Amino acid sequence: MAHRFESVAQVRQGLKDVNYLADDGIAGVAYLADRLGKPVLVEGPAGTGKTQLAKSIAEITGSRLIRLQCYEGLDESKALYEWNYKKQLLRIQADKNSDSWSDVHDDIFSDEFLLTRPLLEAISAPDPVVLLIDEVDRVEVETEALLLEILSEYQVSIPELGTITAKQIPMVFLTSNNTRELSEALKRRCLYLHVDYPSMDREKEIVLARVPEVSDNLADQIARIVRSIRQLDLKKSPSVSETIDWARTLVLLGIESIDAQQAKETLHVLLKYQTDIAKAAKELSVDK
Amino acid sequence: MLDLLAGFVTELRNAGLPVSLTENLDAMEAVQHIPIEDRDAFKYALGATMVKNNAHWRAFETVFEVYFSMRGPEYNIADGDTDLDEMWREMQEQLREGDNRGAQGGSMDQLTPEELAQMLMSALMNGDQAMMRALARQAVQRFAGMEPGRPVGGTYYLYRTLRNLDLDSMLDKLMEKSREEVGGELTPLEERLEHDEYNDRIEQFKKEIEAEIRRRLVADRGAEAMAKTLRKPLPEDVEFMHASRDEMQNLKKALQPLTRKLAARLARKRRHGRKGPLDFRNTVRHSLSYGGVPAEPKFKYPRPAKPELMVIADISGSVAAFARFTLMLVYAIQGQFSKVRSFVFIDGLDEVTDYFRGEEDIANAIHRVNTEADVVWVDGHSDYGHAFEVFWERYGKDVGPKTTVLLLGDARNNYHASQAWVIKEIRQKARHVYWLNPEPKSYWNTGDSIVGDYGTHTDGVYECRNLRQLEGFVEKLA
Repeated sequence: MAHRFESVAQVRQGLKDVNYLADDGIAGVAYLADRLGKPVLVEGPAGTGKTQLAKSIAEITGSRLIRLQCYEGLDESKALYEWNYKKQLLRIQADKNSDSWSDVHDDIFSDEFLLTRPLLEAISAPDPVVLLIDEVDRVEVETEALLLEILSEYQVSIPELGTITAKQIPMVFLTSNNTRELSEALKRRCLYLHVDYPSMDREKEIVLARVPEVSDNLADQIARIVRSIRQLDLKKSPSVSETIDWARTLVLLGIESIDAQQAKETLHVLLKYQTDIAKAAKELSVDK
Repeated sequence: MLDLLAGFVTELRNAGLPVSLTENLDAMEAVQHIPIEDRDAFKYALGATMVKNNAHWRAFETVFEVYFSMRGPEYNIADGDTDLDEMWREMQEQLREGDNRGAQGGSMDQLTPEELAQMLMSALMNGDQAMMRALARQAVQRFAGMEPGRPVGGTYYLYRTLRNLDLDSMLDKLMEKSREEVGGELTPLEERLEHDEYNDRIEQFKKEIEAEIRRRLVADRGAEAMAKTLRKPLPEDVEFMHASRDEMQNLKKALQPLTRKLAARLARKRRHGRKGPLDFRNTVRHSLSYGGVPAEPKFKYPRPAKPELMVIADISGSVAAFARFTLMLVYAIQGQFSKVRSFVFIDGLDEVTDYFRGEEDIANAIHRVNTEADVVWVDGHSDYGHAFEVFWERYGKDVGPKTTVLLLGDARNNYHASQAWVIKEIRQKARHVYWLNPEPKSYWNTGDSIVGDYGTHTDGVYECRNLRQLEGFVEKLA
């Protein structure tokens, strides 16, 4: 089977071209995922670009992104497949008299009456796809088992139809905010990638890449202030996406270099808890 | 290669990381796709396949560094490091041009400590990584006083090196320097940013020193022996009573996601398993709408009452950390209890429930507990007996059949009277009484520990030396 990537450097460059600045770990794991044909479990704090990684990979490989958003109560019929019950009923009633029972029976359990849901769609797709299973930690432990077959064998078993095997192995990304421990069985089948807050230099580059209007000097200042804020003991540290929002805000306000007053006034873009804002303002001695 | 990886996996397992067989196989396959000379890529390939928990990453890194440290060209310990020497020469020239102080030339070994400090300062100032690494090597060579075969741990050498470098005053000097450069006062914001920046660089420098020491130790003793001594416990296995300051920081960080997970798990547990026996009366009532046919069976849903919790914690020096963590954990999941009241004592006792009320930041409340609570009665040495007596006198009437009482402490009573009868009384009124002891079981009832005296009157005494045990107990409780 043809591989999507030639080398780690290529992955990295490709991601950079679509404005996603990966570090060695991220690019390396994405490369390995392609080579080994294994899903990637991406964990880390909210807003560090886990979902974006899947989107960017889809973009550089020119694949379609199929997304399954997980939530509590997600079940087979929402994730895998469902029989189109109404259509089946119609089929039975349409020619009540003509067909024999066995004909109808075979007919109503055919592809025509199958509603594919994201997981089935991903493996039955003829074109290259990237499958994103978002926030997998939100489903119950029991539902996790649903994913195991598709993750390790790239196939789905439907009792009435038999086993559907993937025509091509899709790249699979699972993201988790780590609100609960995922089961060993799931972890074992995946490559593990932890995406943390970026280093100061990388964050600066991210800001420069995502907000082109920002000046080098301002980006540097932003990255440094954000790093200082992250060192504080906060309820919710500012995420990368919030840093970008902040940079946009500052650009819109036409600020070239941040002083204490401006920082204080725009802190609410970075931090979402009143106690955090007060703490940061005090720590940065902005409120004088 | 195969043997090498197998050895590495054994080492990881020894360090407490769960590496399964399939993960091991994955790793073997993964490294085949990676150019073997790329050390970082190699590390990430192993990490991605074998380490599935972020908390374990640090342990993995240490094992990796030690295990593979002797097996790379950049890790040669030979003193004639050409590129380093070159860089060092350049640096000297810069120095000479800079302030005409003219170092003596030759190699780094001939520098005076002042010059070394000077160079370190400029390296930190400019954030010059290569120079910092070179200086770290030099500093270790000079100050650590490492001798082959000396049976001391790495921390000892680290301490010696850092003491000689005096990095704390370095920070002040750096701040002064940057103030001079700007020419005048920095705004508070700038000052803060500069401060953090230098702090970060100094931390980096410390890490370089640590790595250097480790490298030398490995060269001296061999990787296998070192892996054993450098093995650090995972955050959830660190003992409360013997945690260093760094470990405390890590513990605090580990506590937050842990409480979040615990709360989610408990909430889920509550919702699940709510199938009770048939509710006959209700079924008959509903059968009326089906003309007397019990078509829709109704069941009794058990509604387990949320326990009311009273935490009584010893916060004297030796067990303070433990009390702090338990209080934090309990308050983080207080939604699982109908009511939480907390009391702290040393030899006097004080209620601290109010500190937690309306306070969003638990850490803040804990801080207030430590500073404001009135817990000293005579001399500030633990007196469980007196504290329990006071509790019984003042709050005994509040203990009811729904109350679960948690007692935290090592029961080292300094040979005071035990007053164990209080516990007996409490147990008669309360639903449950548990004792959590942060000491290892083998220390119980030795010296002035009288946990046995109290323990006989409780529903159970539990050993809670680390986060893992504490978490396990709290889950059982709620």
